[in-house]
Order: sequence, then C-alpha cells, then structure tokens
Amino acid sequence: MLELKDVHTYYGNIHALKGISLNVQKGEIVTLIGSNGAGKTTTLRTIQGLIHARHGSITLEGEELTKIPAHQVTMRGVSQSPEGRLIFPRMTVLENLEMGAFTRKDKDGIKSDLERVFTVFPRLKERIKQTGGTLSGGEQQMLAIGRALMANPRVLLLDEPSMGLAPILVEQIFNIIGELNKQGTTILLVEQNARMALSIAHRGYVLQTGTIRLQGSATNLQEDDEVRKTYLGEH
Amino acid sequence: MQLVRRFLPLVIGIYLLLFFGPLAGFDFFRIVGEIYNKPSLLLQQLINGLANGSIVAIVALGYTLVYGIIELVNFAHGDVFMLGAFMALTVIGATGVTETSTASEKLTAALLAGAAAIIFCGVINVIIERFAYRRLRNAPRLAPLISAIGVSFIVQNIGLFWGGLRSFFPIMGVNSAAPKAFPDLIGRVDVFKDWFGLDLPITLSTKELMVIVVAAALMVGLRLLVQYTKIGKAMRATAENRDAAKIMGIDIDRVISFTFLLGGALAGAAGLMFGLYNNTVVFTMGFTGGLRAFTSAVLGGIGNITGAMFGGILIGLLAAFSDQYFSSRWTNAWVFAILVTVMVFRPTGLMGENVGQKA
Repeated sequence: MLELKDVHTYYGNIHALKGISLNVQKGEIVTLIGSNGAGKTTTLRTIQGLIHARHGSITLEGEELTKIPAHQVTMRGVSQSPEGRLIFPRMTVLENLEMGAFTRKDKDGIKSDLERVFTVFPRLKERIKQTGGTLSGGEQQMLAIGRALMANPRVLLLDEPSMGLAPILVEQIFNIIGELNKQGTTILLVEQNARMALSIAHRGYVLQTGTIRLQGSATNLQEDDEVRKTYLGEH
Repeated sequence: MQLVRRFLPLVIGIYLLLFFGPLAGFDFFRIVGEIYNKPSLLLQQLINGLANGSIVAIVALGYTLVYGIIELVNFAHGDVFMLGAFMALTVIGATGVTETSTASEKLTAALLAGAAAIIFCGVINVIIERFAYRRLRNAPRLAPLISAIGVSFIVQNIGLFWGGLRSFFPIMGVNSAAPKAFPDLIGRVDVFKDWFGLDLPITLSTKELMVIVVAAALMVGLRLLVQYTKIGKAMRATAENRDAAKIMGIDIDRVISFTFLLGGALAGAAGLMFGLYNNTVVFTMGFTGGLRAFTSAVLGGIGNITGAMFGGILIGLLAAFSDQYFSSRWTNAWVFAILVTVMVFRPTGLMGENVGQKA
C-alpha cells in the first residue's frame, strides 16, 4: 500500500536518510525502531512531505507522493501524530479534532469519526472545551492520535506515541493502537520503545544511521540476537 | 525592609515624574487643576481619542495578523495604509464629488472609494508577500525584516510619485510631497445636539461616530471570521504550528496569502477612514501612522487580535490626553515612554501570553 523505494533525505548537507526502502501492506501495523538520530522521525516527515526526498520515490497505492506538498499528501490519505505531538495549544480539544478533518467534506463521516474518537478516548470528551495547552502529556498524546484519526487516513503514521508517558499510560495507548488496527486502520509506528512496538506490530524495520539494518516479522525481530542486545536491553 | 525594596523603583519613578515630568508637559498639579475646572474637556478628549484610536487599532490589526502567522514585523504595512488613503482620494476625485454635493452622492463616492481602497490594498499586500517575503520564509529572521523595510521605502516612494500625478488626478494638488486636502464628505454635525436635541458640554460629531462605528464593525467582523470560519481556523492553526497545520492538510501558502489580503483590506479601510476623519493625507502618513499602530500591536501583545484593538484604542486615548494636558510636541515621547514601561514589566504586552506545549 505505502511504499518507499531508495529514499534519500538531506537536512542541508547532512545526509539523514541514506536509501530507505520499506513497505506497509493494507491492514498491517509496521513498526520502525531504532535509536536516537537513526532517522525514524525523518522518515515520517519525508512520507508526509514536510521535507522532500532528494532521490527515490514514495507511493501510496501506486500514487506518487514524492514531490507534492504536505497538505496534498494529507488529502491523499496520509495523516500522522507527529513527534512532539504538535497539538494546537490555544484551540479547544474539539477544535483540534475538527482541524484533523480539515480536508474532509463528508459531514456525516466527520461526525461518526468524532464519536469514534470519543469512544476510544473518553477522556477527550470530558475535556472537550478545554484548550489543548491545558491538557496533561498523556491527554495531549490522545488528542494528537485522535486528531490524526479524524482525517480518516488510509495510512496512519504514529511518531513515538509512548514518549514521556507513564508506563501504565503507555500500555493503554498501545492497546488502543492495536484496537484501531483491528478496526481496519493501517499503521506505520515509529518507536524507541522497541519491546512495546514489536509486541503489537506485524512486521518491523530496524533503522540505524539512516539505513535499514534489519527487517522481518515482529516475532523474528524479537528473537534476533542483535535486536535483543541493542534495542530490547537483554544480554 | 522587603517592602521598601519592592516599592523603591515605584517611588523613584513617581519622584522623577513629578520633578522632571513638567519639562515634557507633565505637570501633575496643573493637570489635576484643569480637569477639576473643566471635566467636560476630559470627556471630549475621550471621544477624540476613541476615534483616533479606532483608526490606529484597525491598522494595528494588520501588523498583528501578519506577525501572528509568520512572525514578521511587516514594516511596509503602514505604507499600504497610506496607499489606501491615496486610492480613496483618487476615486473621490474621479467621481467629482465635492463638499457641496448631495448626501447620496457623497455616500456613493465614499462607498466606491472604500471598496477601491480595500481591494487595492488587499491585492498589493498579497503581491508584497508573494515577492518580498515568501522566499525568505525559512531564512534567518533578519532577512525578511530588512526586506520589509525596503518594501516600506518603495511603497512610500510610490505614494510620492502618485501624489505628483496631478495631470491625471487634479485632486492631488500642485506639489507631490505636500499634504493633500481630502474632501470632507461627512461634515461635523453634532450627534447629541442635532440628532437627539441634547444640550451637552461635549460634542460627538458625525465624523467621530462614523469612525467608531465602522471600526467596531470591522473588529467584530474580524473576530467572528477568525473564530468561526474554516479559513479563520486555518489561520489560527497555521499561527500556532505551521508543521501541524500542514499535516492537517492546510495549504499554508494560501492561508498566509489570505492573511495578507485581510490585513491589506483593513489598512485600505483605515486609509479611507483616516482621510474622511482628518481631511488631509500625505505620503509620509504611513510611516508615522504605522509606527503608532505597530506600537499599539506590541502594547496589546503582538499576535493577539484583541490586544491590538485594545492597544490601538489605548494609544489613541493616551495621545488625546497628552495633546490636551501635556504638550502635543511631547505626545510621541509619552506614547513610547508608556510602551517602554509596559514592556519592562510585561514583555509579552498587556494581553500577550506564553502558551507552550507540555513535554
């Protein structure tokens, strides 16, 4: 469904992605794990079109995404809960969620998706009139994911949904991610918390300094010696 | 001890103000005396200040909208306001309306002039953004700022040139740089006395009423637009976080263009209002007027729409008060002294706020 072929991305002269190739099939959770600075966030930003790849191609169901501006990538069905959440702090929870559906015109669909977000995150419904900036970290994470869901995306990109959250919340968020996937959302999940990520993903890629070092099914990766040593902290 | 230390700066400030203030027209006891002897004068200045401040506020909105969205102080904005006044004057000249025309002729001319100024300034502002700022959006902050100062000079000289086209627009008068008489299409009818038969010691003329009502309508309209419409929400989202706005599917180039269109349109309306209220326009009015409007935006908390309105009206009132009771030569000094004082104690402006995202 989503396919990256030999994608190279630069920040100025810094060669951040050195030929990434990966694919996400419909209905899958694919996770991208790796340490700080490996290029996980850069990969998501490149898919979204926030930075453009200098070489290589990105396609969604055969449609070329490589050169088009970010807002058009969103219109074609990619949305994400970005690194640092980037919620709108002065807008209310409801307004934040409405912004997620910015490109949609189907009022009924928006309404039912809003209900769905509130079913998944009842906490957001309680805070509906509060501004985004007054939410706790966990609530902001829920808002960022909920906002991305409001776009009714073909592929949902999640950047470190566990970042800065208490362990119990992390577990809760990952349960919800698994639940969303069961309801049919295709997900590309970027995580530093490799253990959690591999526990819910179908397949995974291990990113190291801008290249894909390993790939395979989540079970195989969990059993790989190198992954266990480097990313799961086992000896 | 703690108490003394806390209030020492305040005490020193008051001391300095009482002793050195009179040099700049601030003579506390004289002012109290004047207000006591003729309190109606204070009320009158409130009305004048409100009218002047309303125009300043409308211009200030243009600064604050643009700053809010791309963090650029658009120094050319004041000069676009000047172009609005010139456009309005040109259209009024073309309609041939004079102060002796009938009321409906005057109204038609004013509406035509307003429409022309609003559209013209909106479009000019969009063009300025497209060519002078867009490519510099990701450059260091200083680059677009310098660009804005350059555009300000260019626009000011366009005004100077325009003012010299007397063979095309006789209303511009003989000298291109000289202040131009703007026809008084509204006149000074006292609303209290002539409309309601009230005999008050203060007057509210039709001119002031027009300025205050139009400005209030524009401000309310803008507020509603930003709060409730789709494009307004897109503006807020873009202002809060550009990357997040892009992820939402917002074409931020279009939103930024629209913001400049809106700011320009407000400047155009303010240009017409300024002309009708003060009956004189000059090509440098963009600089002086713009400086005051920018000050208002900063005073209110730049980027904050309510703050700009509030700041504009506050500066208008302060200037009127200073003109009456201090000394009109020192008015600008007082305006900026207040600005500095507010900035020292509240760097974000009176209504500015720091809303961050929690980590």
